[in-house]
Amino acid sequence: MEAKLSDKKQLLLGDEAIAQGAIDAGASGFYAYPGTPSTEILEYVQRSRVAQEKGIHSQWSANEKTAVEAGLGMSYAGKRTMACMKHVGLNVAADSFVNSGITGANGGYIIVSADDPSMHSSQNEQDSRFYGKFAFMPVLEPSSQQEAYDMCFYGFDFSEKYKIPVLMRITTRLAHSRSGVELKDPREPNSITLPEDARQFVLLPAISRRRYKKLLETQSKFIEESNNSPYNKYIEAGDKKRGIIACGLGYNYVMENYPDGCPHPILKICQYPLPDKLIKRMAEECEEILVVEEGMPLVEEQLRGFMNAPLTIRGRLDGTLSRDGELNPNMVRVALGMDSMMGDNVPDLVKSRPPAFCVGCGHIDFFKALNEAVKDKHGDGHVFSDIGCYTLAAQPPFESINSCVDMGASITMAKGAADAGLFPSIAVIGDSTFTHSGITGLLDCAIESTNIVVCILDNSTTAMTGGQNSHASGRVRDICLGLGINPEHIRECVPLPKNHEELVKIINEEVAYEGVSVVVPTRECVQTIGKKPKKQ
Amino acid sequence: MKKDIILAGVGGQGILSIATIIGHVAVKKNLHLKQAEVHGMSQRGGDVQSHLRISDKPIFSDLVPHGGADIILSVEPMESLRYLPWLKKEGWVITNTSPYINITNYPEMDVILGELKKRKNHIAIPAEDLAAEAGTKRAMNIVMLGAAAQFLGIDFAELEDGIRAVFGRKGDKIVDVNLKALRAGRDFTDKATA
Repeated sequence: MEAKLSDKKQLLLGDEAIAQGAIDAGASGFYAYPGTPSTEILEYVQRSRVAQEKGIHSQWSANEKTAVEAGLGMSYAGKRTMACMKHVGLNVAADSFVNSGITGANGGYIIVSADDPSMHSSQNEQDSRFYGKFAFMPVLEPSSQQEAYDMCFYGFDFSEKYKIPVLMRITTRLAHSRSGVELKDPREPNSITLPEDARQFVLLPAISRRRYKKLLETQSKFIEESNNSPYNKYIEAGDKKRGIIACGLGYNYVMENYPDGCPHPILKICQYPLPDKLIKRMAEECEEILVVEEGMPLVEEQLRGFMNAPLTIRGRLDGTLSRDGELNPNMVRVALGMDSMMGDNVPDLVKSRPPAFCVGCGHIDFFKALNEAVKDKHGDGHVFSDIGCYTLAAQPPFESINSCVDMGASITMAKGAADAGLFPSIAVIGDSTFTHSGITGLLDCAIESTNIVVCILDNSTTAMTGGQNSHASGRVRDICLGLGINPEHIRECVPLPKNHEELVKIINEEVAYEGVSVVVPTRECVQTIGKKPKKQ
Repeated sequence: MKKDIILAGVGGQGILSIATIIGHVAVKKNLHLKQAEVHGMSQRGGDVQSHLRISDKPIFSDLVPHGGADIILSVEPMESLRYLPWLKKEGWVITNTSPYINITNYPEMDVILGELKKRKNHIAIPAEDLAAEAGTKRAMNIVMLGAAAQFLGIDFAELEDGIRAVFGRKGDKIVDVNLKALRAGRDFTDKATA
């Protein structure tokens, strides 16, 4: 359900504002792999009639690395493009991301990474701004849905002016919060134009060294852009006992606590590298600086340098703000020296309600069978799992799995454990995660005939993020055959209560087989079945 | 005018539809609005909440500050108590009384209601029954919206228009059932606070 205000003002999630912003700013393609909290960017493009009419690319990619590379290719061809992922997806794409700083861009290129402080739906809370710094790339960090929209125009222009990809860093709270956004007049997409230097993207050492020097030399220009950016501003105020550096959403939490205006100077930072002149000004004018930033203490660490600065710096490192977790208005309030506004405590009777498998989910039937075949017979400690709904099997009543690390790590960790002599060694991975990053690990196993059982739970979708298309749909068997798995040990089955005995038998048989076995429990996700139109 | 509302429930119970209708009305009135939602893992039967802020002045934070909410509007009784740290001293807890039990240690209902009654400003409403009377149990969330109506700072007729706008595409029958549900919720609260 969506509310449209007018043609020029719309109520949009932060993710949707980015999608609409990039469409309006003349993007020709989007590349992404689903991951909370970034998923809704590409989903919005897929629903957008304008995007369809303009022929804007909006298919899902196999993973974040292929997405960033395809985006780089579209930029090479001179067109504006956006790649989107969650923060840990940027780890997967790190190779292409960091090197794209060296190749530079041609058509405007914005890479969006959505961080998840407090780990609402993630394995860690890493801060993507560090990647931007690491790759010497400019970083935009919108503080509102409107800025997120506007920054797509600004980001593409910046990218084309300096021929550099731009990282846009958002966090869960902006991604999944709705607000009114004023739209600009849409721009035409670029036509195909090859880079002026036909060897720009060839990272042979001789060329890379030249490109890297150029990137380093451009940093001073990026810093000057930050000093003059419309998104970084120094807000003058009388009480100089304290100055406040507020980054991205941190700015909102500060302002929330000063409804009548902040008595202290504020430096709002939404564009990096850090604006050195503005920071120096604050350091000269104020006795103390409080840094309010969402995520890790990137700014605070840079302010401190290696030695203590002459002025006091407060933030996440000295405990003024929590070292981890998402910011909120009350945390910032206390850091500003005001009394906590906390309401009543949560009564003891309120119990935690962790997420769980949906009623009727095929994973339930699979894990019941897996427990009987493996845990009951061989004990706990043999099952390496992966990223997806099936990770919920770590919780009671199943307590079936012993690992969940990163996309694809189930197969490769099971391999390493099997190499170490663990028997049985079982991997559990979903169909979409398998095509994201599991195939290469299974190839390692096939080459060595590793003694493992790989269970590829095929529910025909990317379920945890809300049912996006899976590249594996209908292809799991063929992919396994292509990797060299013995067809007799690719065992398809349907996880249903009535098939329990058969499932247990199949798993038992494949545990007994010395070599690579692939078990493929196949049944469509109950959520995606429910969403399908009834007449089909 | 400024209202901070915490919408609470369990993943899949439809709290976002409530947010959509209030949001629609708020923006029609040219009010500022921010609405933070929960997507991802918790939607699989976990506890979910949405922070909904409407104001005639610009809003900074996407999150309602602790101790700042005017209303907790919950479609599930235990969940209504999870967000007390966000509620103002005189704020209202408005909750559906039908429990959603998907955990083994779910507390007894009279314990939950006892805790709820400790608060001066609370409304406990059998919204599922009222929705069924209106035509479908699925309109439970709209009954809850009606129950909160007098605290929202929005005219009831505007909420009715919001229902027509949001459900209009699904046909007159659906609109009528939801309007009935909305009024049933309003009438319950009118009696409870009379």
